[in-house]
Amino acid sequence: MIARLLSGDSPRSRILAVLLIVIVLGLAGAPFLFHGVKALNVAAKILVFIVLVASYDLLLGYTGIVSFAHTMFFGIGAYGVAIACTQMGPNWSSIAVGIAVAVALSTVLSLLIGIFSLRVRAIFYSMMTLAVAFSFQTLSSQLSDWTGGDDGLNFSLPDVLSPSYQLFDEPVFGVTVDGKLLTYYLVFIATVILFLLMLRIVNSAFGRVLQAIRENTFRAEAIGYNTVVFRTASNVLSAIFATLAGVLLALWLRYNGADTSLSFEIMIDILLIVVIGGMGTMYGAICGTTIFILAQNYLEDLMAHGAEATQSIPLLSSLLSPDRWLLWLGVLFILSVYFLPTGIVGKLRTLKHASR
Amino acid sequence: MSTTATVSDTPQAAIAPRRIDWLPLSLAPLLMLIAYPLVGSASSWLTLTVAGLAMGMIIFIIASGLTLIFGLMDVFNFAHGIFIALGAFVAMTVLGALPDWTQADSLGLNLLALALAALAAMLAAAIAGLIFERLLIRRVYGQHLKQILITMGGMVVGQELIKMVWGAQQMALPLPAALGGSLIWGEVAIEKYRLLALVIGVMVFFCVIGVLNRTKIGLLIRAGVQDREMVESLGYRIKRLFIGVFAAGSALAGLGGVMWGLYQQNVTPQMGAQVNVLIFIVIIIGGLGSTGGSFLGAILIGLLANYTGFLYPKIALFSNILLMAAILLWRPQGLFSTGNR
Repeated sequence: MIARLLSGDSPRSRILAVLLIVIVLGLAGAPFLFHGVKALNVAAKILVFIVLVASYDLLLGYTGIVSFAHTMFFGIGAYGVAIACTQMGPNWSSIAVGIAVAVALSTVLSLLIGIFSLRVRAIFYSMMTLAVAFSFQTLSSQLSDWTGGDDGLNFSLPDVLSPSYQLFDEPVFGVTVDGKLLTYYLVFIATVILFLLMLRIVNSAFGRVLQAIRENTFRAEAIGYNTVVFRTASNVLSAIFATLAGVLLALWLRYNGADTSLSFEIMIDILLIVVIGGMGTMYGAICGTTIFILAQNYLEDLMAHGAEATQSIPLLSSLLSPDRWLLWLGVLFILSVYFLPTGIVGKLRTLKHASR
Repeated sequence: MSTTATVSDTPQAAIAPRRIDWLPLSLAPLLMLIAYPLVGSASSWLTLTVAGLAMGMIIFIIASGLTLIFGLMDVFNFAHGIFIALGAFVAMTVLGALPDWTQADSLGLNLLALALAALAAMLAAAIAGLIFERLLIRRVYGQHLKQILITMGGMVVGQELIKMVWGAQQMALPLPAALGGSLIWGEVAIEKYRLLALVIGVMVFFCVIGVLNRTKIGLLIRAGVQDREMVESLGYRIKRLFIGVFAAGSALAGLGGVMWGLYQQNVTPQMGAQVNVLIFIVIIIGGLGSTGGSFLGAILIGLLANYTGFLYPKIALFSNILLMAAILLWRPQGLFSTGNR
């Protein structure tokens, strides 16, 4: 049953399995285990990013294409819901319309980008997505009547999902069951379904062809697969999943702006997470995201202490200043490209093989 | 379809005397001609055209280094922007240290200060490039996916290091006194700095073309592009050539950073990432690794940006991407394809 749910792609490492179970249980029980607004926000962000990063892994890890337009699709999803709810009012049909339009737009855009660039050379694709993503960012700030420009959009959701709604009068296990909690579980369930769906895709015959293309495009073509078609399909699929991740983000935050979903910083974050977590291993998305976002939210505090403690040493304290955490992450990223090409997950899996 | 055409073309092109592909070259004059009736007045047209050409030159200076690195080394350096930012910051420091020279009302002293700043920027960028090549790129020659990832990581680290040294905020980079303002002939106004950019851009173009086509090193570089192993087997140390080209490309990026920073009149640590986008568009339009192509692509981008900025300001923000799409529809490999890659 479990093997079927995981599409026969089990973690294949005891430590990894334990780690995954801890993360999943932690996320499932987050509202009851950790108190406070920040903890729940961090948990929700982890959920959204698991979908986003896994969808990027589909493209980078399984097909071997580097895209820089992933946040564009993420943003389309988030703006889709945000704009629909602002323009049509807070009801379920506007959310549905927002999702439908966003997915359709992402499909068309990713198809166009793929057709334009994937038939030429992989490098064209990387450079072109970078250019397209920047133009899209400009476009979103230009269409400020719709997107709210730099201020972004605050919108309300249907009653059931709004913080003022209460399902039960009495708190359950000391926690009030309000709209926010329901939204969290909506995001949680959606993440589980989407993740399992992606796991299913990469372990299907289609996914195997993608991996063949990654390993040796020429040979894959020689066997008779039209690599352009498969690459484009992978591009479109990954765009759709990223769009859905954007939808989840907008539902959780009830806000969307360029900085929260479109910015290039998020693109860099995704790239770092995929590589550090492990390219071509869907589980890398779970481990990588959890570690990264926990670090992003709590490591800065730790580094602030480090900087204070080393205040007397000039260079060291500026290296440890909390603003420089991205520096260390960049170094970690480079090291893991060299020494851990399959990331944390790959390392854990080979550890097991070595011990036997 | 396009791939089969290039495959059958290559052997002929190698044997037949080199034909100049005139069609793309006619694009820039064509664009100027089309713009003339739309703009209406001759004086604004001339102002816009000179401004566009100058902007194109600055973009070309930035992009030329990356074109070299692409062309010879087949390295996808996504961190090129970091050398541009470094150049701009070094120039800012040097110009800031010479207030007597930059504020003096003498063109000679101003230019001297600028030359010093440019030299320092190029040197700093070249050294940074050498370190970058030795530390990061050396291990990933021939592995494109890893190159993109590694250089992207290098970009993140480099940007953080710049923030550490110069701070994270935007800083002003004023033009030297005699270079500010415009020359005015009748109704035509031309910024002095753009004239300087025009001159430097043309100089860089002819230097790069001259070195590549007229010197022995250039011959070796071009031979290395064609067939790396053959050059090695003839006893030349192609690795050293590679490092030299990488340093030269980075130095050009440093020079471009100075020009771009003075053009924008400010510098930010993020400028590298912003400029990267522009460079990539130029290189895609021009054809990977083609110096002439990127020269032409930069001019087209500069002209189009200025014309549309005057005529349809809303579209101007997307003129680059529209131009890129149009060119790729016409020639999927860019204006001048370098063939073997």
